[in-house]
Amino acid sequence: MAAGKWLPSAQLTSSGRPVLLPGEVECSTLSSVDLECEENSNFPNFKSGVLILTTHRILWIDETNNKGAASIPLGAVTHIFSLKKSIKAMFGKPKVRFQVSAAADGRVDEKGSTSIVITLVLRGKSDPDVFYSRFWEVWRSRSWEVLNIAGDSDSRLERSGGSMEGSSVVRMPVVGISGILRKEQELWESTDKSLQDAFQDLNALMSKAKEMVMLAEKMRLKLLSGSTSQANAANDDDTGSKQEMQDWLLSVGIVSPVTKESAGALYHQQLSRQLADFVKLPLEKAGGMIALIDVYCLFNRARGTELISPEDLIQACALWEKFDVPVMLRKFESGVMVIQNKSHSDEEVFARIKSLALRPNALWTGINPSDAATTLGIAPALAKEHLLTAESQGLLCRDISPEGFRFFINVFKDIEPNNIYLVKEHGIYGTWVSATTAPG
Amino acid sequence: MQKLGDFKLPHFFNYPPYFTLQPVKDTRQKQVQLWKELILDYCRTQKIFVIGLEDDFPLFSNSAIERSLSHEARDIFLSGLVSDGRAEWMDKGHKKCLILWLRIQDWADCILRFVKDNGLEDSVMTVEEIRSGIESRGTELHGMDRTVLMRALRMLEQKGKLAMFKGSSADDEGVKFSA
Repeated sequence: MAAGKWLPSAQLTSSGRPVLLPGEVECSTLSSVDLECEENSNFPNFKSGVLILTTHRILWIDETNNKGAASIPLGAVTHIFSLKKSIKAMFGKPKVRFQVSAAADGRVDEKGSTSIVITLVLRGKSDPDVFYSRFWEVWRSRSWEVLNIAGDSDSRLERSGGSMEGSSVVRMPVVGISGILRKEQELWESTDKSLQDAFQDLNALMSKAKEMVMLAEKMRLKLLSGSTSQANAANDDDTGSKQEMQDWLLSVGIVSPVTKESAGALYHQQLSRQLADFVKLPLEKAGGMIALIDVYCLFNRARGTELISPEDLIQACALWEKFDVPVMLRKFESGVMVIQNKSHSDEEVFARIKSLALRPNALWTGINPSDAATTLGIAPALAKEHLLTAESQGLLCRDISPEGFRFFINVFKDIEPNNIYLVKEHGIYGTWVSATTAPG
Repeated sequence: MQKLGDFKLPHFFNYPPYFTLQPVKDTRQKQVQLWKELILDYCRTQKIFVIGLEDDFPLFSNSAIERSLSHEARDIFLSGLVSDGRAEWMDKGHKKCLILWLRIQDWADCILRFVKDNGLEDSVMTVEEIRSGIESRGTELHGMDRTVLMRALRMLEQKGKLAMFKGSSADDEGVKFSA
């Protein structure tokens, strides 16, 4: 969009949630916010969008069309004006003004030589004082610098490493077994320290949460590279446990959970979008459909803190209808709720159920939900829903006996009512008869 | 193939879902249809006129697969026959069901054929004689249900094909066939 010229654009996920930078955490979300710049007459219309204040940026997202988003790095902010307390300000829409560095042509730029004033007009019902104080807090904490410095030092190291032959930089040699051991030792010590710090008390844990997620991510990557290089190793046990470890680490990671505090009135909307992004991976693993209760567990485990309630989850899922997301909530007749890909087709599942029900054994004794669960690789409760749906489509028939509730392939369709003794050679009834009639 | 006495059972009699009421509409329809056919077939060959819902009716259970019909299922299948005009409930409680594997009209035709074949025009018989007498032996009328027979006779009486009158004993009635 046109904003790209004046403000850096921000990336969005397919469900319309911002893609956050490493270490970036959302702090506040406001709806119906205008972005204005009086000094620049060419400044485009930023009307009534969603404003997200993060530890690194101010993001402005146009909700009406998915054209993208604009961002203002907090590093460019040079001053935040205090709120006006005049009579006029009391009756008008609350405004928050701040000064940002800009290039000579008016483009917002951290290293710009001039500066412009940007005004946020809060049309929503949000409290400007709360936002103002949070804005201040975030701006003052300068958390975007922490990572930048880390990144800088990394790249400096690389540069110096690359030009080794030219300069005579004296570094501790990382060579031989002792070098590797020492490096491992250092890594262990720092890891150990951050683990110890984290568990000292709950407050410390909260502040360490971000670091822990980063650590987990790092460990995952290491495991990943380790397992590929040792793919040929016959040590199945080891790779199995590595896989498990990886899965655990993977489910650690929502760095910036949408909370009631940060998103306010937009809580469910933002939660809904975040959830849509989150379920992609578990959905893929579960074969396109996953029970809502499982998502609840996974999602809250990934959030770690700031757990959501079941009602929040259902509301968030219900909102998907309004957004263009690739997943949907589905309610089976029995009331069981699942999340599935919009592209998920029952046909495929039915085909597999049918082939299961046509196995010689199943023709004799039928199938039950746990058989189907094993074949389909899903939870028995979900398998039962599939069987019931297949039954309602006329694929299966039920058999209720003291032995339990079982399903058989539907042969009724194939029987000629005018001649009940007729067995057509081809067709499911014929298959069933030949499988269940003892030869001779 | 399994047999019930001298009655040959169809293959699907060993299909377990046949004995469980199917909840899906299309499947249920087919199931009811197959039950109706089987019940009529069985009653016709075994000359059964009355099915008691609480009795052990041989068709309603299959020891080979250890399945039997629930009371609800029996009621539904027989009600299906009733709505087809092939059966009638004999009481309001749906405890006994009269099976008409031949409709009353068909029975009436049978009687007329019997009269004609035996040259019984203008002669007199008791109702009991028609059911169990020497003349009817070997015909479909032999051993038929008294209620069904009486209904067929009354139908013929209305059409003027015969006249009915009280016999000497209180429990029997006479029939005079008209020419």
